[in-house]
Amino acid sequence: MKKIFIVTLLIITTFFFVLAQQPNSIQQSVMRGKIVYTKYCLSCHQADGGGVPKLNPPLTVEEYINDKNKMIQIVLKGMTDRIAIDDEEYSNNMAPHNDLTNQQIADVLTYVRNSFGNNAGAVTVAEVQAVRNKK
Amino acid sequence: MKKYFFAPLLLISINVLAGLPKTDSTKKNITDDNAGLTLPSNFSAIKIADGLGVARHIVVTPQGEVYVKLNFNKRSKYKNAILHLIDTNGDGIIDSIQPIGNYAGTGIAIKNGYLYASSDEEVFRYKLNEKNQIIHPNNPEKIIIGLLNRGEHESKSITLDNNGNIYVNIGAYSNSCQEKDRQTGSMGMKPCPILDSAGGIWMFKVDKQNQTYKDGTRYATGLRNVVGLDWNTQTNTLFVMQHGRDQLHDIFPEMFTTKQSAELPAECMYEIRKGDNAGWPYIYYDNFVNKKIIAPEYGGDGKKTTTNYINPAIAFPAHLAPNGLLFYTGNQFPEKYKNGAFIAFHGSWNRAPEPQEGFYVVFVPFKNGKPTGKWEVFANGFAGKTVITSSRDAAHRPCGLAQGADGSLYVSDDTKGTIYKITYNK
Repeated sequence: MKKIFIVTLLIITTFFFVLAQQPNSIQQSVMRGKIVYTKYCLSCHQADGGGVPKLNPPLTVEEYINDKNKMIQIVLKGMTDRIAIDDEEYSNNMAPHNDLTNQQIADVLTYVRNSFGNNAGAVTVAEVQAVRNKK
Repeated sequence: MKKYFFAPLLLISINVLAGLPKTDSTKKNITDDNAGLTLPSNFSAIKIADGLGVARHIVVTPQGEVYVKLNFNKRSKYKNAILHLIDTNGDGIIDSIQPIGNYAGTGIAIKNGYLYASSDEEVFRYKLNEKNQIIHPNNPEKIIIGLLNRGEHESKSITLDNNGNIYVNIGAYSNSCQEKDRQTGSMGMKPCPILDSAGGIWMFKVDKQNQTYKDGTRYATGLRNVVGLDWNTQTNTLFVMQHGRDQLHDIFPEMFTTKQSAELPAECMYEIRKGDNAGWPYIYYDNFVNKKIIAPEYGGDGKKTTTNYINPAIAFPAHLAPNGLLFYTGNQFPEKYKNGAFIAFHGSWNRAPEPQEGFYVVFVPFKNGKPTGKWEVFANGFAGKTVITSSRDAAHRPCGLAQGADGSLYVSDDTKGTIYKITYNK
């Protein structure tokens, strides 16, 4: 009986330990992502993700927010194309951020996709790695 | 002669085709709160037009009619090069809006019977009749063509001297001429290859058609991007307002704090003489120590200074984005304003996490052709609130300035397309 109790306790403890360590629960990823965003993204895309008219695009355009691969690619490679986003062109170049880790990119995109009125789910480390592998 | 005959007809048909009302009732714009602006005592303001879209630079004719240079996108109400605004019934408010042309852009100027306007690659001019109205709206002369537009700092602002020359800003398609634009740690290209065709002011003839780079002169270099510029008829020299570089912290986080990045470098006014070099991208101006500092992309550390390159005539706080410059030569305003400079500050986007700043019109007193060193906010309240976190929160953003024949000051707003008229009442 005692043995069962210890085993059960061990299982429960392990379960909660694993849960606590779970790096990609959305809330934790969002929290970490906000730190990455504040450091690398906020000065251009602004605290509310709304961007700057004619200069830096808002991070609320569904066509982009819903396309994980496109977002990962933009973070990795930057963006210098002058393409219209929601009929408006934006003229500042975005530098590549391929020096960020897969975890940082997953976190910051998870933050963006779950902030500013967006509700588009998480981006995983594996998804970032997959885009990185494609080159 | 025959083809000119049809021009008015064409204009009318454009109006009909575009479904634009030939007249707009804007009487509702008369308010007793100075159109929401805060002004020095005895000045008042009204909105003479509203809802024009991205109203960039403006000019006012001796008859009091206004030409507005427009920028636009697919969603804009007016997808026109220029709007010609007339107050037909004399109540002070615009009631007729005539659209002209279809090229987006910023620059507009009026001189000796011609109206000049720019796209982001070309400069056009239109002959005016004795009432200073465009004679052939659909047939401007193309005087300058093929100017560089790489989608960054692309606006081509213009001003004219009294000797038949036109000065065109060609902004640099870069922040600081890094090998990789805006990338952390990326160093500057030596020499900066952008400067051969951008990052300066080019001079052309006002009356020669189809001029390209080879017909013009690079009048001044080392200017990252100039939107506001004006010919000072008292000193007979060109004055320009430079948009200073961005993102010292983002690019060199070990060297600059976010606060330093928000407060550096200064936005500078330069008096320009032929051949001048203002130093971009190699330097920036620090308005706290009043020195030219070597840019970190070119081996600077935020402290190393240089005596190369011209000094600013006066420096303003960082990132305020001066979009309009006008030397006041009118007789309506009090004596202190005569020959001084008004500057329309569009307002900053890159002072985060500090609040954004600007969104006002400043006055710089001049004495003997030089700024006295003190400047003051002349018209404030365009933004509609005092603390602006993101420039998107500003209701209106000052962009262009013009002086009326009666000495009134006109200000354009390129967020909602409002045109303000500011007058002095003795």
